[in-house]
Amino acid sequence: MKILLTGTASDSHTWNLVYLQLFLEELEHRVVNLGPCVPDDLLAAACRRHGPGLVVISSVNGHGYRDGLSAVRRLRGEPGLGAVPVVIGGKLGVAGAQDPERAALLRAAGCDAVFDDGDVTALRDFVTALEALDVFDALPDRATA
Amino acid sequence: MTGTVLAPAAGRPAARFRPAAAPGTGAGAAPVPSFGAFVAAAAASGRLVVQPRMGFCDPALMRTGLERTKAAAATTVGTLTIDSYTRVGDEAAARASLAEGVPLNGYPIATHPAARTRRLLDGLLDDTFPVQVRHGSSRPESIIRSLAAAGLDATEGGPVSYCLPYGRTPLRESVDNWARGCELLAALVPAPRVPHLESFGGCMLGQLCPPGLLVAISLLEGLFFAQHGIRSVSLSYAQQTDPAQDEEAVRALRRLAAEFLPPEVDRHVVLYTYMGVYPRTEHGAASLLEASARLAVRAGAHRLIVKTAAEAHRIPTVDENVRALETAASIAVLTERHGMPDADTADSEVYAEARAFVEAVLDLGADVGRALRTAFARGYLDVPFCLHPDNAGRSRSFVDRGGRLRWSDAGAMPVAPSLVAGGRAALTSDGLLAAVHGLAARYDTAAEPALTG
Ligand code: B12
Repeated sequence: MKILLTGTASDSHTWNLVYLQLFLEELEHRVVNLGPCVPDDLLAAACRRHGPGLVVISSVNGHGYRDGLSAVRRLRGEPGLGAVPVVIGGKLGVAGAQDPERAALLRAAGCDAVFDDGDVTALRDFVTALEALDVFDALPDRATA
Repeated sequence: MTGTVLAPAAGRPAARFRPAAAPGTGAGAAPVPSFGAFVAAAAASGRLVVQPRMGFCDPALMRTGLERTKAAAATTVGTLTIDSYTRVGDEAAARASLAEGVPLNGYPIATHPAARTRRLLDGLLDDTFPVQVRHGSSRPESIIRSLAAAGLDATEGGPVSYCLPYGRTPLRESVDNWARGCELLAALVPAPRVPHLESFGGCMLGQLCPPGLLVAISLLEGLFFAQHGIRSVSLSYAQQTDPAQDEEAVRALRRLAAEFLPPEVDRHVVLYTYMGVYPRTEHGAASLLEASARLAVRAGAHRLIVKTAAEAHRIPTVDENVRALETAASIAVLTERHGMPDADTADSEVYAEARAFVEAVLDLGADVGRALRTAFARGYLDVPFCLHPDNAGRSRSFVDRGGRLRWSDAGAMPVAPSLVAGGRAALTSDGLLAAVHGLAARYDTAAEPALTG
């Protein structure tokens, strides 16, 4: 599947993105890595252009809950992007602890999964399940559906 | 330079160093606080200046942080670390976050009114306590205007080092922004005040960049600052994986500064405690910090920017910052300086490599900003693991068996790669994690060290 990997609008960290690209490629997916500091407009445009089967948002700078919310709302408001699976993870707040309330806001806005403990094993399981679902339902590419 | 400084009595508070009147001020004039002069005076009396990386969005908490930094049992300067929204120029998001009560990862200096920032500094900022603004922005204009309006004159930056690690601004734009930024800072802080600018070149992405390239970028940015009207600079180097290689690097930086910077430009070397993935345990974090304090003193860096025990986890508290400052200061006092003046002039491996980079860039033209752009475009400078589109991305590094950082692939750079035993393996996600966690793992698993001090 084609996966769009992206940093958040205010986050310049890239080691997380380099790592996740390798991780997802090793699971035999094609990864388009948009890099750090991706504004919502650019993310939406890239989604329309690439029609990914999954969008993975990564943030570690402590603004992730807020920037992620803005990014997901933007994607969900975009014609044609209502159903593309979107997940987010990393270190999303500045307190070093997960914030269940803000994670719930992300889910309510349309995030399919929130990995705010940075758990990549859980991400792998999610991707595997998503693939099985896609194969089972023989769905066309969701982004363009 | 030689001789050991006596340790202060245990627990003695306020071991603060207060210089006499700052040099360069007219007789009878009130002393003009100057970041560079403060560090020079501390160095002259054998004290290492220590500084936190500290930033909170709440001005009251930020003030407490500065008060506690000033009162710490150490020779300190203060820091305002700026939040990510302000760094990327999204002041609307910074303002909205304050309104929503969402904590930021730094102080939004362009959002709080200048009067608010002045109040936060009132009675703290003086010739015994300079305060620096650290921000990581490739578009620094509004931050520079805000810091000057608040009465500040010291900051950090660089056309390359505040671009490649900090987002997607094209290098060409960052070079122009920083040329104008330097000139703006010089204009907004006129003589007799002395604006100070530190290069972040010695850090870049924080880890896995061999020292020769870090030293060269820092030196070249210092030259760039001087070309654009800045008369007091600091050149940085971040602790890497091997103490001996790091000592070579700091000495190489000092020597290159003496060889290449215009003589009238005030300068010092600032060391950063390790900037890559940090140990997770308290004792691992403390011993890495202590190693950096020893390195700073031995190699002759005049200022050290510390990391706290919270680094691997979250934004540190004021207490954690103060503890790190005092730990570093107490180790520095106990560390004997090397009395080997010729160690600075020795042609070390790091010096030779850094000099090759510097000469390759300066050969491209007299305008350092333009030369830097060309050097990156041609891959003469190529930061390993950097995703920025203006970085060639052909270089690769590794940590050798002895712990030194080396090139496994030099791309088009003017240095020779090392031969890697068994050839260069393809990069895997596990391999990358092992590489970036290597140093932290070493410190986390080392036996708990005996308490010092
Ligand atoms: C290297 C580094 C930098 C470099 C980054 C260079 C670059 N271009 O990447 C430099 C020095 C430039 C830098 C700058 C800043 N940094 Co920084 N940085 C680090 C540091 C030391 C290591 C990060 C790293 O390399 N990790 C290695 C990668 C592979 O792992 P990772 O990022 O942790 O990601 C893992 C998991 O989180 C997970 N994961 C990540 N994303 C996702 C997504 C999904 C879906 C899933 C499932 C999992 C997942 O996968 C990874 C593998 O385990 C960390 C602290 C630490 N860890 O020691 C701070 C840290 C991340 N930085 C931090 C901050 C705040 C900043 C700054 C804002 C400056 C500041 N105010 O202090 C700026 C960034 C400016 C901006 N616009 O955002 C904070 C974040 C605080 C928080 N979240 O609470 C940290 C934790 C330091 C701290 N304690 O203050 N930084």
